[in-house]
Amino acid sequence: MLERIKHMRSRTRSNLITYGIVIGFYVAVELLTAVDLLSSAFIGQLVPICAYVMLAISLNLTVGFLGELSLGHAGFMSIGAFAGVSFWVATQGRIPAWLGVLCALIIGAVCAGIFGLLIGVPVLRLEGDYLAIVTLAFGQIIVNVINALYIGIDSRGIHISLRDAASLGLAEGGKVIINGAMGITNIPKASTFTLGIVLVVLTLAVVLNLIHSRAGRAITAIRDNEIAAQSVGINLTKYKLMAFITSAVFAGMAGVLYALNFTSLVSRRFDYNTSITILMFVVLGGMGSIRGSIIAAAVLTVLPELMRSFGVESYRMLIYAIVLIAMMLFNSAPAAIEWRKKMAKKLSAAVAARKKPARSGSGKGAA
Amino acid sequence: MQFLSNLIGGVSLGSVYALIALGYTMVYGIARMLNFAHGDVIMVGAYIVFFTFCSGGMHPLLAILIAMAACTLLGVTIERVAYRPLREAPSLAVLITAIGVSYLLQNGALLLWSANPRAFTSVVSVSPISLFGGQLTIPGNTVINVAVCLVIMVGLTLFVNHTTPGHAMQAVSEDRGAAQLMGINVNATISLTFAIGSALAAVAGALLCSSYPMLQPTTGAMPGIKAFTAAVFGGIGSIPGALLGGILLGVIENLSKAYISTQVSDAIVFLVLIVILLIKPTGLLGKRRVVKV
Amino acid sequence: MKKFISLALAGAMALSLAACGATGTSEPAANNGAASTPAASAPAASDGAATGTLNIGGIGPLTGGVAVYGLATKQGAEIAVEEINALGGLQLELDFKDDTGVAETAVNAYNTLKDSADVIYGCTTTDPCINVANETFNDRFFQLTPSASSTAVTEGRDNVFQMCFTDPNQGASAADYVKNNALGENIGIIYNNADAYSTGLRDAFVARAAEIGLNVVAEQAFPDDNTPDFTAQINALAAANVDLLFMPIYYTPAYNIVNAAQAQGFNPKYFGCDGMDGILDIDGMNPELVEGLMLMTPFNASATDAATTSFVEKYQAAYGSLPNQFAADGYDAMWALYDAANAAGIDADNMSHEDICEALIATFTSGDFSVDGLTGSGMTWSAKGEISKDPVAVRIENGVYVTM
Repeated sequence: MLERIKHMRSRTRSNLITYGIVIGFYVAVELLTAVDLLSSAFIGQLVPICAYVMLAISLNLTVGFLGELSLGHAGFMSIGAFAGVSFWVATQGRIPAWLGVLCALIIGAVCAGIFGLLIGVPVLRLEGDYLAIVTLAFGQIIVNVINALYIGIDSRGIHISLRDAASLGLAEGGKVIINGAMGITNIPKASTFTLGIVLVVLTLAVVLNLIHSRAGRAITAIRDNEIAAQSVGINLTKYKLMAFITSAVFAGMAGVLYALNFTSLVSRRFDYNTSITILMFVVLGGMGSIRGSIIAAAVLTVLPELMRSFGVESYRMLIYAIVLIAMMLFNSAPAAIEWRKKMAKKLSAAVAARKKPARSGSGKGAA
Repeated sequence: MQFLSNLIGGVSLGSVYALIALGYTMVYGIARMLNFAHGDVIMVGAYIVFFTFCSGGMHPLLAILIAMAACTLLGVTIERVAYRPLREAPSLAVLITAIGVSYLLQNGALLLWSANPRAFTSVVSVSPISLFGGQLTIPGNTVINVAVCLVIMVGLTLFVNHTTPGHAMQAVSEDRGAAQLMGINVNATISLTFAIGSALAAVAGALLCSSYPMLQPTTGAMPGIKAFTAAVFGGIGSIPGALLGGILLGVIENLSKAYISTQVSDAIVFLVLIVILLIKPTGLLGKRRVVKV
Repeated sequence: MKKFISLALAGAMALSLAACGATGTSEPAANNGAASTPAASAPAASDGAATGTLNIGGIGPLTGGVAVYGLATKQGAEIAVEEINALGGLQLELDFKDDTGVAETAVNAYNTLKDSADVIYGCTTTDPCINVANETFNDRFFQLTPSASSTAVTEGRDNVFQMCFTDPNQGASAADYVKNNALGENIGIIYNNADAYSTGLRDAFVARAAEIGLNVVAEQAFPDDNTPDFTAQINALAAANVDLLFMPIYYTPAYNIVNAAQAQGFNPKYFGCDGMDGILDIDGMNPELVEGLMLMTPFNASATDAATTSFVEKYQAAYGSLPNQFAADGYDAMWALYDAANAAGIDADNMSHEDICEALIATFTSGDFSVDGLTGSGMTWSAKGEISKDPVAVRIENGVYVTM
């Protein structure tokens, strides 16, 4: 078995490690929960962590592999969340819970995907910072419109208003589903850590397969040199859209997972800051590194909460900002990269120097 | 008459966006980076003017000069510490760092000056202009905002086109490598750009809060985003474009509030932005950069 | 980098493990014989059978855009805790966590607190509060919110109580007040359509206005409390000849609105709700702008009764600013908890949070339990968790509140 792993293509091995990390995390958490060693705070964050990991992976597809900066990922998350949760709330008690959750996830993913297509077709013609600003604008539009959106359901069907709940004109026994700024309240929670991990693995499977397929190579070719890619006959629009829509679909699904972990859902939750947070996961984890996205999303979600335990409550966000800047500088500054390389070299030299006498002394190889 | 009044309100708001957008566009045009912390530098500038002028009783011009000096120092320090080491790094890395700086300034201000809002006294003492027998008033702030905007725009254009440091800026903007080979000190030029951008931020902060007096640590955030879209709207990197984009954005925002819906006015503003970018992808006055293989 | 991150993750896991071992520490009362008189005329401490230290887990925004309200609820509560602890008897230990005004962070804060807390105090804002309320309901913690005023907070949860008015209650009484005192002919409304508090009040006001025949002629909204510009809204209100503007919003946007209205020569009467309280305490504000502004607030910082002056004095000494109704609600919340704990004979050190929860629910809803505080006297709670107290309307005259 070990032999086989050794001889695997390095890519397959790398993928296995990525899956391994996710499964390993799951097993570790389940074991530690079983023996009651995890803090409630950490357990409470498990579902959000899964959702953020999905968001980071899906955004990495757009930013890391397609090479387009998107500042509106939370918009897709929001669409998915509101679509899926509306269905979930509207069908409460009419269909079995597992079916409801499944449909909610699919509906959320599909709706976000449709918006991905609608936005993607015109927008992907733009380049660089302009695309970034349009996605930012899209995110703001979603927040604003859903804040003003009232949807109710009664025996006559679905009613929509942009004014207030009263103008929905609901018949007796009707139910307001989305109540403007109040959003959706009294959502029966349905997300579990297991569901989260299943969805993370699903996201991973789809995204990794896409990246390593013919389409994936076309996508990275577009990132590396759009003109060259076009000149060898790669259909730019098709592959750009493929990446963008896949990214939106999983953002929508993550939105449903996230929203079903809370009792209420408000539009403001998915504002510009949330998009930026997800982008941070991707950039800090390393653009184009799926594994990096997973780890960064998990660590950066836990980090601000962790700081509570240090008794630095009021300085929490300040420290978070400083850590962010420091990590960016350490991670991406050419000088820092140079320095790290030098240190690594020194370190390995030192290790080698120490190993030598040890080896000659004991006569046994340490490797 | 109501239409005119709404239009004037839009110009007033737009001139504030334009002032902020000028800073964005300077930095973007020359350093090729989106300085997301610009809105928060504005907030810092406004706080300094608040403490020197509103509660300190200094002369408004002196207060603004102090704020400009302080913001220049802040901007140059930020550039030196957080952005310069990343000069050769991918642009996204710089963007995230800028977001980190933005968080840092907001939360620093929160700790330093508390979350309690402050009421800003207008630095402008120009009396409102009354037209049509008092049916239409143009607030003094609006007049000053527009005038300051025009002066700064003209000043910046002259500076960039007719002075040696200005030429250096243009060269750095065109091709950083080539500029360096020609003996231009790229770091100094970019520092200068940040110094100018941040000094403008102080002015923008003072005028923003003179028109809209509530000052909080989050005050710069939303106008920052709007001004950023205004800069893109006008063609980012273009100085007249920032002015045009800012004013148009303000007018569109106000008219859509007045005649379409106040509830979804933000959505309309951003929708217009998207449509314009789709029709003219480089913004209104932006230059198209042709990429050659 | 990867190594660094993995290390960080390992560290993160390790610390989160360690965090579960942490327990709340309790400090003994500094001064048992203090002569400080309780502001709330509580059942005197002597008949209080409550003993031990009651750990209160507080949640509210200490950073972010709504930090100003969270800080007020925290600081107001701290003043009360100090007074209570100086009495001897039952000690309160307030551990207040930041939720940044976001539901997810609030739930995280709650999860951090729940290992050590006996009761939950918070949240300050509605959406986080709904989410935390759902958790406390399932885990059986008694929860008292100082300021989350939506009915969705308490709906269907027997363990959640409010110290503030509910939105429908306040919106309707505002409409009644305007009608009964004939304050205006043409009523205009301006509200924040992205804020649950503001839309809740607006909906209730509009519904009530239709019932009692108030003439609402114009309605304007804005999407964000940080919105700077109100020209278009004010033009529309002025064009509709609004003579009374109902403002169910917080004081920060309100000040911008009043300022812009004056600049545009539009001078209606203003009528606000409890979120307006604090407008006089804005550093550098121009009192002339808000002269004549009316608001319904449970608390008046310029009142001259002994309880209020003592509270305001202590608050100013400790935090350097005037307390608003958020702080007053926070103060009253602590005294309400203290009184209820005494009435129920809570043994805080030896009772589980579930038992404390049931005991406090029974006390709060018993019918003969009432609290006199800064924000009302004889305040009682319904089984739904809603408070009953009388809103007081005040008018700003020469920079101070004058009861109308």
